[in-house]
Amino acid sequence: MQKSLVSIDDFSKEQIVHILGLAAEFEANPRQKILEGKVVASLFFEPSTRTRLSFESAVNQLGGRVIGFSDANATSVSKGETLHDTIKVITNYCDMIVMRHPVEGAARYASEVASVPVINAGDGANQHPTQTLLDLYSIAKTQGRIDGINIMMVGDLKYGRTVHSLLQALSHFKANFTFVSPVELQMPIEYKKFLYEKGISYYETSDIMERMSETDIIYMTRVQRERFADTMEYERVKNAYVLRRDMLNDTKDTMKILHPLPRVNEIHKDVDNSGKAYYFEQTQNGVYARQAVISHLLGLK
Amino acid sequence: MQVANKKMEVSAIENGTVIDHIPPTALFKVIEILHLDKIEDQLFFATNLRSNRIGKKALIKIVDRYCNDYDISYLALVAPTARISTIKNFEVVDKSQIEPPQEVSGFVRCANPMCITNHEKIKTRFTVSSQQGELSLKCRYCEKTTMQEQIEIINEK
Ligand SMILES: [Zn+2]
Repeated sequence: MQKSLVSIDDFSKEQIVHILGLAAEFEANPRQKILEGKVVASLFFEPSTRTRLSFESAVNQLGGRVIGFSDANATSVSKGETLHDTIKVITNYCDMIVMRHPVEGAARYASEVASVPVINAGDGANQHPTQTLLDLYSIAKTQGRIDGINIMMVGDLKYGRTVHSLLQALSHFKANFTFVSPVELQMPIEYKKFLYEKGISYYETSDIMERMSETDIIYMTRVQRERFADTMEYERVKNAYVLRRDMLNDTKDTMKILHPLPRVNEIHKDVDNSGKAYYFEQTQNGVYARQAVISHLLGLK
Repeated sequence: MQVANKKMEVSAIENGTVIDHIPPTALFKVIEILHLDKIEDQLFFATNLRSNRIGKKALIKIVDRYCNDYDISYLALVAPTARISTIKNFEVVDKSQIEPPQEVSGFVRCANPMCITNHEKIKTRFTVSSQQGELSLKCRYCEKTTMQEQIEIINEK
């Protein structure tokens, strides 16, 4: 069967390192025509303009062609066609499938049905591995290394799939984790156990300032009102996890702030031009990381 | 008296299989798993018997039939306390505890309502692990865990 990227676990440490190297190569030279004559199907069963454009830009810059849809309502899927049948048909038209789907596990299933590699661009609350790779690339690029990073993850650590996947990936690289969240949204026990079993240290606190001066990376996530059973509790904690510029005074010069975007109010606008904000460049890195994954899975790099 | 009773309960069939120490709530699941509702051999079952090990228990005796390890391993999903005895000539010739399967294919529903296997006709697949005697099944598709107490049997295996 063809090798696909559905979950960040599908890549070994060596493959991740290889992808990060390729991403740097594409950043230096993003317009190599290595996808000339290739067709990539971009199947967005739920809309995600940001992710879709990033993938399509990645393909186009490498000289490939994109076919597909940006919303399942416009397709035979809305007429009740099964995912199985949709993938069986489209696999004949392309060299690779990039797909986003609201149902968890849809991409894994598609990768079993398809005869071409499948890249998961998000399956519900489950996985979004290219986000993780662009996060890793952003860390490596800003810190000059990927090993032994002090990373502080802030906000909704319970439901945030991006922090879970990033944690899994960084566990290959001996990161030191600080988890900052309200009690209701703490990192799930399974991930803490996973780190413990790998001999990786983590520190848990509800105080965002506690480890601020040591951290290399702050990874911010959104604290959503819907996650709280008690709205009073939400009102009490919501401002405790908002990053403002005056909080960054004692941070390392090389410290950078990442965020998977879109942000709502968890990073104050005055942080944007602090020199430590990196969330917009982070998005740009997504194109290089995706070029790296696409060319790797097609056996071109 | 105790001993005689026990002997009677377990070995009153000449040849076949006795499945003992089934939690009463799992009795019908066990019958389902082993497709005992479809067999034509003699079958006895009893439930809410007293058990020193598990409080109340259920018991199944199947005449002239032996279960294969594959079927038996699936019993661990619903009745991990059960003991299987093979009876030949009124004697217990083999008594074993159940080893859970390492992988489960079909048969159990994924507990995650947002899982693709609950949206399309797809055979479920899990890898099984056990923590403190409690089984957990990790779904190959949605990657979420179905805990033992959440196990719901799908009919076709
Ligand atoms: Zn599932």
